[in-house]
Amino acid sequence: MAIVTQPAPAAPSSPSGSGTDIDSAPAHPTRLLRRPTGDAKGLWGWITTVDHKKIGVLYGVTAMLFFLVGGVEALLLRIQLGSPNNTFLSADAYNQIFTMHGTTMIFLVIMPLSAGFANYLLPLMIGARDVAFPRLNAFGFWVFIVGGLFMYSSFFLGGAPNGGWFGYAPLTRNMPGHNIDYWIFGLQILGIASLSGAVNLIVTVINMRAPGMSLMRMPIFVWMSLVAQFLLLFAIPVITVALFLLSFDRLFSTNFFNADAGADPLLWQHLFWLFGHPEVYILILPAMGIVSEILPVFSRKPLFGYPVMVFSGIAIGFMGWGVWAHHMFATGLGPVALSAFSASTMFIAVPTGVKIFNWISTLWKGKIRLTTPLLFAVGFVTMFTIGGLSGVTHAVVPSDTQQTDTYYIVAHFHYVLFGGSIFGLFGGLYYWYPKLTGRLLSDRIGKLHFWLTLIGFNATFAPFHILGLQGMPRRIYTYPTGRGWDVWNFVATMGSFCIALSVLVFMYNLWVSRKSPPVGTDPWDARTLEWSIPSPPPEYNFKEIPIVTARDEFWHQKYTEDENGRAVLREKPLPADAKVSPQQEATEQVESSTDVALTDDAGAVDHVDTHGAEHGDDEHEEHVHIHMPSPSYWPAFSALGLAIICYGMIYKFWIIAVLGGVWLLGGIYSWGLEPSSAPEPPAEPTDDHAALTPEDEPSGDLEPAGKA
Amino acid sequence: MNAFTSLAKRFRGVRTFATAGLLLVLSGCAGHAPQDTFEPKGPVSRTILHLSQPVFIIAGVVFVLVQGLVLLAVIKFRERPDDPRPEPEQIHGNTKLEVGWTLIPALILFSIAIPTIKTIFDLSHKPKNALQVTVVGHQFWWEYQYTDLGITTANELSIPAGVPVELTLKSVDVIHSYWIPPLAGKTDVIPGRENHMSFEADKPGTYLGQCTEFCGLSHANMRARAIAYTQSDFDTWVARQKTAAAAVPEGSEAAKGLALFNGKGCAGCHTVEGVSQGKVGPNLTHLQSRSTFAGSIFALNEGNLRTWLKNPPGVKPGSVMPNLGLTSEEITQLIAYLETLQ
Amino acid sequence: MTVTDHDVSVPEESSTEGSHHELEPGHPPTSTGLTNEKVAIWAFLGSECLLFGGLISTYLLYKGQSNPGTIRPHDIFDIPYTSVSSFVLLMSSLTMVLALSAIQKGDHRALRVWLLTTALLGGSFVAGQCYEFTVFVREGLNLRTNLFGSSFYIMTGFHGAHVTIGVLMLLSLWSMSVKGKLPSEKAEVVELIGLYWHFVDIVWIVIFTLVYLIP
Repeated sequence: MAIVTQPAPAAPSSPSGSGTDIDSAPAHPTRLLRRPTGDAKGLWGWITTVDHKKIGVLYGVTAMLFFLVGGVEALLLRIQLGSPNNTFLSADAYNQIFTMHGTTMIFLVIMPLSAGFANYLLPLMIGARDVAFPRLNAFGFWVFIVGGLFMYSSFFLGGAPNGGWFGYAPLTRNMPGHNIDYWIFGLQILGIASLSGAVNLIVTVINMRAPGMSLMRMPIFVWMSLVAQFLLLFAIPVITVALFLLSFDRLFSTNFFNADAGADPLLWQHLFWLFGHPEVYILILPAMGIVSEILPVFSRKPLFGYPVMVFSGIAIGFMGWGVWAHHMFATGLGPVALSAFSASTMFIAVPTGVKIFNWISTLWKGKIRLTTPLLFAVGFVTMFTIGGLSGVTHAVVPSDTQQTDTYYIVAHFHYVLFGGSIFGLFGGLYYWYPKLTGRLLSDRIGKLHFWLTLIGFNATFAPFHILGLQGMPRRIYTYPTGRGWDVWNFVATMGSFCIALSVLVFMYNLWVSRKSPPVGTDPWDARTLEWSIPSPPPEYNFKEIPIVTARDEFWHQKYTEDENGRAVLREKPLPADAKVSPQQEATEQVESSTDVALTDDAGAVDHVDTHGAEHGDDEHEEHVHIHMPSPSYWPAFSALGLAIICYGMIYKFWIIAVLGGVWLLGGIYSWGLEPSSAPEPPAEPTDDHAALTPEDEPSGDLEPAGKA
Repeated sequence: MNAFTSLAKRFRGVRTFATAGLLLVLSGCAGHAPQDTFEPKGPVSRTILHLSQPVFIIAGVVFVLVQGLVLLAVIKFRERPDDPRPEPEQIHGNTKLEVGWTLIPALILFSIAIPTIKTIFDLSHKPKNALQVTVVGHQFWWEYQYTDLGITTANELSIPAGVPVELTLKSVDVIHSYWIPPLAGKTDVIPGRENHMSFEADKPGTYLGQCTEFCGLSHANMRARAIAYTQSDFDTWVARQKTAAAAVPEGSEAAKGLALFNGKGCAGCHTVEGVSQGKVGPNLTHLQSRSTFAGSIFALNEGNLRTWLKNPPGVKPGSVMPNLGLTSEEITQLIAYLETLQ
Repeated sequence: MTVTDHDVSVPEESSTEGSHHELEPGHPPTSTGLTNEKVAIWAFLGSECLLFGGLISTYLLYKGQSNPGTIRPHDIFDIPYTSVSSFVLLMSSLTMVLALSAIQKGDHRALRVWLLTTALLGGSFVAGQCYEFTVFVREGLNLRTNLFGSSFYIMTGFHGAHVTIGVLMLLSLWSMSVKGKLPSEKAEVVELIGLYWHFVDIVWIVIFTLVYLIP
């Protein structure tokens, strides 16, 4: 169905003349609901959207909501540990909450927030109109939210997961109740979401770059996200296997983690950490990419050593697979394995260190604008450095036997995941918020937010180093007096409230931003293509697919370098065919012709026909006719099936599970048979007939890749 | 951070900006922390600390350098109002520098890796003439079997000071991890596997530790303590453990308690030599020789025993020992019996 | 095989999910020249490699660790029988190739014949596996018997589920072709499902070698 960016939808069955745009195909006779049109508004519009930008926003908003939930959980944990022998939470409540805090922050906050940025930005940054598989993209989001809500429904159905985010067997094999089942099946659902997202984004970046956007011209965020998506692609199946085995142990009493039957409980740890360590880089690489975008913009200098940044990211991606056993230094691996994993863990610090020095060099000699995004990016560099250095101390195996499973390691990974990922993602939010909404977040409130976060973060997590080295184990719901831990626990609890306050400030900033004046296309004088289009971008992103001639293409369009290598504004913008002018409201039409064919070095060809440009005075967009994929409710519909299957499995109501399977299959078949976008109206007005006869529609594919 | 302050104490020559800034931390650390990994009480933990200290120093120095560079860059090159500077020079990279800061960290890490690997192998050697103890992890307490001496006890590991001890670690249920920080790093206790660890206490004393692998509801209540005696005190302890339980006088409160012990099912779970062979709970033959009970969370005294017997899962969540519904009188009788278990 | 996507023209729909617009005029050539679907299925199969890798490793780790006195792999395997069913599955790869070649040549009758043959061969393999499982269960090996039982059934069952999904997809292709909804321009759909089918076949060859043949 032609999704036409047209404000007034035509009546569903109105036959359209060949010269005008077709809005929506008539209702499909075999459908329960009319297929939504491109301009479906409100809730239904969001549920059925296949627009990568809307899906990116959905990911972001959902992740922020889960961030609040995970944050409240953290506060509860900190209140409980604020003083010795506290009885604020019971042991059971504490164990549920710390499990859900970890699981939430990793799987429901940082991963989807990164996925949201990737969804929103990757197509914009590579000059594409959407991702490769828009409906699969929607499916990924709905599966994610179904997985998150499924896991959280356990709170109301007998208790939340209580075995830790790492779910070590055989403890998780033996625990009674359905708590752990929710964790297992919830993670399986989330795995499907991540996998479909990974396939989609990988194909998008590999295949849908604008002409001239060669791999080494891609923005660094695109690179880091690509590496992270490859890590997901290969890491998710490993945890899928582990969870699959564990669920069989729990549901059908198999023996995979039953030591009495000769099983080796370490199998779980090997599988889990073979997933879990790449997962760490899945969480941090997108944030590294964001920081690498922010620093150059606010230093008004290119990223220092772009190729090295790319290759170090790839190196981290590869080396991330060879260090998993450093999570198992206390399990008795034997000195040879310990030495090997100790060395590999140390050397993964090298590419990370290179990145840090390159970031500093990017700032060096720049003209640094101290805006909120820059502050968060600098905060990332410093806090992540602390996390990285404490990581090196973990690589020293004998030291690690004193540190692992204590608060020292809790400090370490919070410096990496909060001081790293969350700082980077907050920086990204401030940086791209004007692109998303057309409005800036207040810099003044943003700075308050930053400093409160920085102070609160360090007040909370720096004492954890001391507590850990003083022998306080992690995952304990209480501790006695006389261990010397009272003072620092109290300080940490106070710090956590400072973080909570900073989050409130951030929310206030979001709230007041609705009144801030609209900013233009490019408020930061930025470098990458997404800033060359209006804020917020139109549904089709680029009216003309840009022709890329340089790294930092948009900057290159605006600036050149003088004889001293300094940036100078171009007196005349680059030729129109290499540039998208946001002001130019040309009427465009898709033509099945080859009026213009531009071939870039990657072999891609773009064809643009702008013979409607003489109507450029028309400020309205209704004539912009770019064929976009149509919304669909089948992705959301199908995703629900997964929850039904999992409820059926957990409670062994097999009939429910089978019904869920049928639901899912039905959803996927309907999705497959529905064309990604309704056919263009034929030249002669026979579209009534065409649309009313299902056989005449181009049938869908079976697309095994996306459906699995 | 504690690491840095401890370093400052030990390496007075190293006075970095960081340690000075962290003097504040020192004051906070002044309190007594019996599980502090920076106060080793034996050769194994001392070896570990000596390996860690230079790494902490290197990390501290690198941190100060990097942090200093970041702050310097941001402060020095920040844009001021009416900044007269022209647009910055567009520096795209510098191969020499980048190779440099790839190689230098690699060399530093290499210099850390060598002693690390050496120490890993050093610590993996089993000591000669060590006292052999099998540690069995249970949810949520430790059992100690001195197989050569024929002693089984719980919660408190008794060892002679100055003598190496080798522990064989086993678990009957889930994964635990055995850790007495002043003596050695932790080693996981895994069902279906046997792990080993060894250490030695320099001096007599009580060293605290606890389980460090999440093992269920009362993971926090699975504490450990090692009590090092002089050799002669240790021999006395061994002798006491090997004596048979004293007979209970007929008709006394303790005798009623013994009847309850057999009648209420205690005997099904606990061993008292000559009385019962239960294996689920701790061996109680010489209960009174211990100073704590229930995973070392309670001091052994009448009041605590009374609270415990009234409702074990109420004071230790997830305790395998159920609430037996004992009356106050029955509890008094049982405690009277338990007090005979010297 | 490549379809006609190199000589088609004109972009504008950058998004090409699912339907086969990309094979029709109006699809933008991609950066790699491969269709999105093809890149996607290669990525997906890469991911699947680790899935089977995990299951096969688990089996290899556990096959010798069963409690003493319980059934061991070579007490129970009927290698001649499984060889035949492996051969059947191997042949189905050949017929899959023939089906693809048929649609590329525009011979839709042959396409349908070969699709159906492939599905039948795959179906026979699954049926054979079900029979094998029932024999094993009768001889006393079930999911809970020992580690060998648990890991053997999970691994081969997981593979069988993949074959079953493949058979369903082949039958869907066949029915599309019967309805005339699988014109030659959509030959790539057959190719993609063929890739999946060959992958599942190769996995079986690995399983057959590692599990059945190596003692």
